[in-house]
Amino acid sequence: MEWTDIALTGLIWALEILAIAIPVALSVAYITYAERRVIGLMQVRKGCNRVGPFGLLQPLADGLKLFLKETIIPSQSNKILFVAAPVMALVPALVAFAVVPFGETTLFGLWDTAHVMAIAHLNVGILYIMAISSLAIYGVLMAGWSSNSKYALIAAVRATCQMISYEISMGFALVCVLMLSGSMDLSVIVNAQTGGFWHWYIIPLFPMFLVYFISGCAETNRTPFDLVEGEAELVAGHIVEYSGMWFATFSLAEYGAMILISLLTSILFLGGWDAPIPALDFIPGTVWLLLKTSFFIFVFIWFRATFPRFRYDQMMRLGWKVFLPWTLAWIAVLGLFTYAGELNSSLTILSDMIGYYQPWRS
Amino acid sequence: MFEAGFFYLFATMTVIGGMGVVMARHTMHSVMFLIFCFFNSAGLFFLLDAEFLGIILILIYVGAVMVLFMFVIMMLEVNKAKLREGFLQYLPMGGIIAVALLIEFIAAASSGIFHTDAMANVGHLGQEVNNTVEIGKILYTQYLLGFEIAAIILLVALVGAIVLTLRTRKDAKYQNISKQVNVRKEDRLRKVRM
Repeated sequence: MEWTDIALTGLIWALEILAIAIPVALSVAYITYAERRVIGLMQVRKGCNRVGPFGLLQPLADGLKLFLKETIIPSQSNKILFVAAPVMALVPALVAFAVVPFGETTLFGLWDTAHVMAIAHLNVGILYIMAISSLAIYGVLMAGWSSNSKYALIAAVRATCQMISYEISMGFALVCVLMLSGSMDLSVIVNAQTGGFWHWYIIPLFPMFLVYFISGCAETNRTPFDLVEGEAELVAGHIVEYSGMWFATFSLAEYGAMILISLLTSILFLGGWDAPIPALDFIPGTVWLLLKTSFFIFVFIWFRATFPRFRYDQMMRLGWKVFLPWTLAWIAVLGLFTYAGELNSSLTILSDMIGYYQPWRS
Repeated sequence: MFEAGFFYLFATMTVIGGMGVVMARHTMHSVMFLIFCFFNSAGLFFLLDAEFLGIILILIYVGAVMVLFMFVIMMLEVNKAKLREGFLQYLPMGGIIAVALLIEFIAAASSGIFHTDAMANVGHLGQEVNNTVEIGKILYTQYLLGFEIAAIILLVALVGAIVLTLRTRKDAKYQNISKQVNVRKEDRLRKVRM
């Protein structure tokens, strides 16, 4: 390989990364705007409408304000970790986007075969996302511990319990998807669901869809599960000592994770870039994927406007006593359905039913 | 060339991480070094085409085990002066163990057993070989018994941990959540005519 080739490859990688990172950062800014407007509508008030037309420049004004604020580092804190914590929270939220496929393209007929639009096309994509999103907790943990504050420490402990509990049910919900698609590659999972909404995994896996989305809510510390930063008892939890840009980095990470969960829910359960009926295929797949994602982001905001915060023991009970048995039972049901035909020929109808969603069996 | 370069990068970082764990003064920094070490070991797995093992290493060790480590360390009040008290006292024993391990490692490495000729497969396999599928196949056929025994041992440990820590206090007030959820307006509200 010549050096020009290497330089060219490097340039293309850099462009690919920018093509994901900049839209994510921009959408984070406008999700905060959308959140304030939508919650405003739901609570019969205006929301932000002062800066620019319809308040559309509000995120920029907020960004400027946060940027100009002084960053205060508490004198009794552990300085290195205090500064590193927001970065540790942000990095996993952005790095996980590397394997998310945004569609398949032939680049307007330039290529013969359709290529998957993802920075890295891994054949263990789901595992990669599980592994990376489980690292997000270090940001919260480090922020809580290094601030040297009681409230922040309690928040960090709560966050750990919450994330570890919900990661398990999330993982088992993903196992159900794997049992149907037969692959951990995200683009293969989407291709297993092509051909209209009756192929989507939300139909055989409806309870798992609910479990995955609600666990995603808990993983990103969004409201009903935001007791990590419950302002009534913990002021602002792990971010109580942070100000200015470091504070903004935490919310960037939180909203980035929210986008990721919404994207993954659409990819795993709603057919990704697949149109709901084949007649609508003329609309590009990426548009469908982003539409589905936007809907889930709206649901996140809707949750925030609707539900009161869970009590701590209620949250633990939901994770361990409701979601975990549900997911385990569903894995067993799927397994029994898949191999029922081989046990008894009268049960073939069951394995045919589930086989409709399992391209790897035919 | 790239591969060798990355190998030396990951290997050096792993060793630096490992040394950091032992030498860092602060327990929290030790944990961070250990996490760093795990990441670089995962990188070594990726170089061997074992992407499944590499990612599982991050998922289990960094994502779960180290979080619990950190959880415990956060709660500890470490007295550094007291930790250093027995340093000289334990030095001879620790030194002997270290030297013995070093000799063992050198002997094992130079014995010729761990040589590329002795390995079944030195080069890279084609892209059609999916090592997740291969591991799954061999784990559920050839090594099924061992796998199941390991699972049962883990289950016993789990039950044991719960039995050891579960205690029901008589004086604490427990809530019955299904009762709470099933409460209707009629149970709680009473209209009073004034």
